[in-house]
Amino acid sequence: MTGDRPVLTMTGISKTFPGVRALHDVDFRLFPGEVHALMGENGAGKSTLIKVLTGVYGTDAGTVTLDGEQVSFTGPMQAAAAGVSTVYQEVNLCTNLSVAENIFIGREPRRLGAVRWGEMRRRARDLLARLDLDLDVSAQLGTFSLAVQQMVAIARAIDVRARVLILDEPTSSLDAGEVAQLFRIMRQLRDEGIAILFVTHFLDQVYGIADRITVLRNGALVGEYRTGELPQFSLVEKMIGQELDVLERLDEQQKRATVALDGQAPLVDAEEVGRRGAVAPFSLRIHAGEVVGLAGLLGSGRTEVARLIFGADRADHGQVRTDGARSPLRTPIHAIDQGIGFCSENRRAEGIVPELSVRENMILAMQAARGWLRPIPRRRQDELVQKYVEALSIRPANPELPVRNLSGGNQQKVLLARWLITEPRLLILDEPTRGIDVGAKAEIQKLVVQLSDGGMAVLFISAELEEVLRLSHRVAVMRDREMVAQLTNDDTLDADRVMRTIASGTPREEVTR
Amino acid sequence: MNTVADRLRPLTGHRLFWPALVLVVMIAANTVYRPGFLAVEVKNGHLYGTPVDILRLSAPLILVALGMTLVIATGGIDLSVGSLCAISGAIACLHISGAADQNSPATVATALALAFGAALVLGAWNGVLVAVIGIQPIIATLILMVAGRGIAQLVTEGQIITINSGPYRAIGLGSFLTLPLAILIALAAALLVAAFTRRTALGLIVESVGGNAEASRLAGIRSRRVVFLVYVVSAACAALAGFMVTANVSSADGNAAGLWIELDAILAVVIGGTSLAGGRFSLSGTVLGALIIQTLTTTVYAMNISPQTSLLFKAVVVIAVCLVQAPAFRARFRRRRRGVEPGPAAPQREKEQVPA
Ligand SMILES: Nc1ncnc2c1ncn2[C@@H]1O[C@H](COP(=O)(O)OP(=O)(O)OP(=O)(O)O)[C@@H](O)[C@H]1O
Ligand SMILES: [Mg+2]
Repeated sequence: MTGDRPVLTMTGISKTFPGVRALHDVDFRLFPGEVHALMGENGAGKSTLIKVLTGVYGTDAGTVTLDGEQVSFTGPMQAAAAGVSTVYQEVNLCTNLSVAENIFIGREPRRLGAVRWGEMRRRARDLLARLDLDLDVSAQLGTFSLAVQQMVAIARAIDVRARVLILDEPTSSLDAGEVAQLFRIMRQLRDEGIAILFVTHFLDQVYGIADRITVLRNGALVGEYRTGELPQFSLVEKMIGQELDVLERLDEQQKRATVALDGQAPLVDAEEVGRRGAVAPFSLRIHAGEVVGLAGLLGSGRTEVARLIFGADRADHGQVRTDGARSPLRTPIHAIDQGIGFCSENRRAEGIVPELSVRENMILAMQAARGWLRPIPRRRQDELVQKYVEALSIRPANPELPVRNLSGGNQQKVLLARWLITEPRLLILDEPTRGIDVGAKAEIQKLVVQLSDGGMAVLFISAELEEVLRLSHRVAVMRDREMVAQLTNDDTLDADRVMRTIASGTPREEVTR
Repeated sequence: MNTVADRLRPLTGHRLFWPALVLVVMIAANTVYRPGFLAVEVKNGHLYGTPVDILRLSAPLILVALGMTLVIATGGIDLSVGSLCAISGAIACLHISGAADQNSPATVATALALAFGAALVLGAWNGVLVAVIGIQPIIATLILMVAGRGIAQLVTEGQIITINSGPYRAIGLGSFLTLPLAILIALAAALLVAAFTRRTALGLIVESVGGNAEASRLAGIRSRRVVFLVYVVSAACAALAGFMVTANVSSADGNAAGLWIELDAILAVVIGGTSLAGGRFSLSGTVLGALIIQTLTTTVYAMNISPQTSLLFKAVVVIAVCLVQAPAFRARFRRRRRGVEPGPAAPQREKEQVPA
């Protein structure tokens, strides 16, 4: 399947940012008709390698050749014109433009200079249909979920007639169904002879689609392997550079013992809360020390449930109460005052403040809760930040760096720390492990278990069903913007049953408590 | 050569390096052109000389630019500050001109309090339009920029109010410990704003709102309050500047007082390294920026450049300052020197923004 001459080679690539050696003497090659996985921990240099390749960053040393000719792109547009099409890790589209405009921006179908809108919309619809997506292509992109936005970015990339397709963590917020669809298209493109570079932290996806694997560690090349010749455990060892037993524990798949709640009053009580167009009225009670998972497909309303409970969106039906609050919760500030934290899935738009430092980003929620007149003393800030930089192994471990200079996974950890610092009573985690590497993911899951053992309640949303099942005491199932069931996570519950409930479950099946 | 450049990196990388360098170059150029430029002498306990004039005259601009810095840091802009200068100056002068004893400190104090109060109300109006109603800042403050001149005219009844008040004149022309009182007031205001923002968490919160408003809201920041507050602070600064401008000439002219000062203030903020997109702000940069602009204005006068060309001259210098500060421009320049072909798209790099 693989051609004998690489379409793309990178040799001796080095890239240093002030104080950080992101890449050091890295070689990489890509053959036509292969899917090549680029693997490594958070901050290993994967995205940097891609940005150097497409000219977002200049290099300090090294050469890039495309079809045997040395190239040096000055930016994504030029790279795309030369046949290198890229979906960057952070979906980088214009949320205030329509879906169709986003797909064709910069290369709109024209006649006599005028944009042919009808043609553009038709082609956009066709393109999305290939991805099994049926959207109103003239709606503003911002009205869709992050996962849909990610699919639109992919649609844009595959429409460019490219020889090299680069996908940096395209599946980080997709569900199994979308992933399968994406893989179908990737295989199709591969069979047409297109070379695909694929970055992900999901090992099973790597083994499901990649022909070849290149591993980076700390900005250096570890090696290039055929997927068939590299068992999963040695891939992980190569990525982390040591044997780690956390990962074995991750495989144990032990169920969580159900918490005894006998008669305990709920910490948060959402009663018939809903919002027209977002999610139908639902009732959900969350108790101290309980982990409630939210399962459902893309667009089923998981994020909307979280946002309503936190008050990020205003409910037009029902109300959320906490045991301590005199009045129902309505705004994020109310919710935070009542000890609720919400870690959004969309870290770029709703999470990080890019220019501020890691330290400032971490203390933001705590500072907001204290009010501006009571600044957190610098010593206390440093202690807190130090603690979480270590606990979540954030790298580089320099709290004064602007957070935008961190790799995607490390930014995610900073956000998590922002909420952990506030020591909430209920922590709402929307895709908290999105873009986080295997080792750190295990650490975060362990942390969730620890925190809930310590009495913190958690509302846990993840596209990965196994993760939800591993951590939750109870699973609320969403379908078509409706909460259709709440299942106790006992021995009888498995991924299959949850999937069946998602697909067809009788509404309100087995409503517990 | 490279090693020298490397060793200077920490210095050249400093936020204030470029504005400071520009100021130094401008002063040097002036001194070459007019050797007496830097001369300062003491007469009856006052300092006299061009540098002292520059400091004194820059005081209103520094004040306005301080408030503007906070507004811009939240991602907004305040076009109404010039009109606010005129209104506050007019109210103060009107009160003094009607008083029996124009030299009485009590009269002047009441005048200042009245005018200051009015400015706070107008600042609150701006704040409500932007933070509560959600009108875009440029439009919201444009309303008062235009209407404010009318209000000032109403206050002065279309006349130029002339006063003869020693204490009031001192705000603009007086001196304290040989230094111009105006610059001392401006510096005190700068220190106050600095303490207000950096000793509390206000600065962080302003930067956070300007850097990512939605993320800030979800982190529990009361963005509206903060945005409201900065427009009030900006109006307060403008009022002080209005007192100085009118005190300098002992008269209030609703048309001319503070005319175009909003534009100079915005320039000062940008030259000082605060991005118009909001986020990180630098008060010391703003003060430097205001000094640069005033030095430039004084230079233009001193060189007898005709008023028409003087604006052009100013524009060229401002463009130059903004260019040397732009990382994209410097990167391109550096690459040229190393002899690596810069692509045609190089300057667009900043725009393409493909983070993490
Ligand atoms: N613009 C930048 N300025 C400074 N440092 C940067 C910049 N971009 C990346 N880095 C640093 O370079 C290193 C590699 O980052 P990169 O984004 O390539 O990691 P990654 O392998 O893609 O990680 P992830 O899996 O988290 O996405 C990190 O240490 C990061 O902090
Ligand atoms: Mg990355």
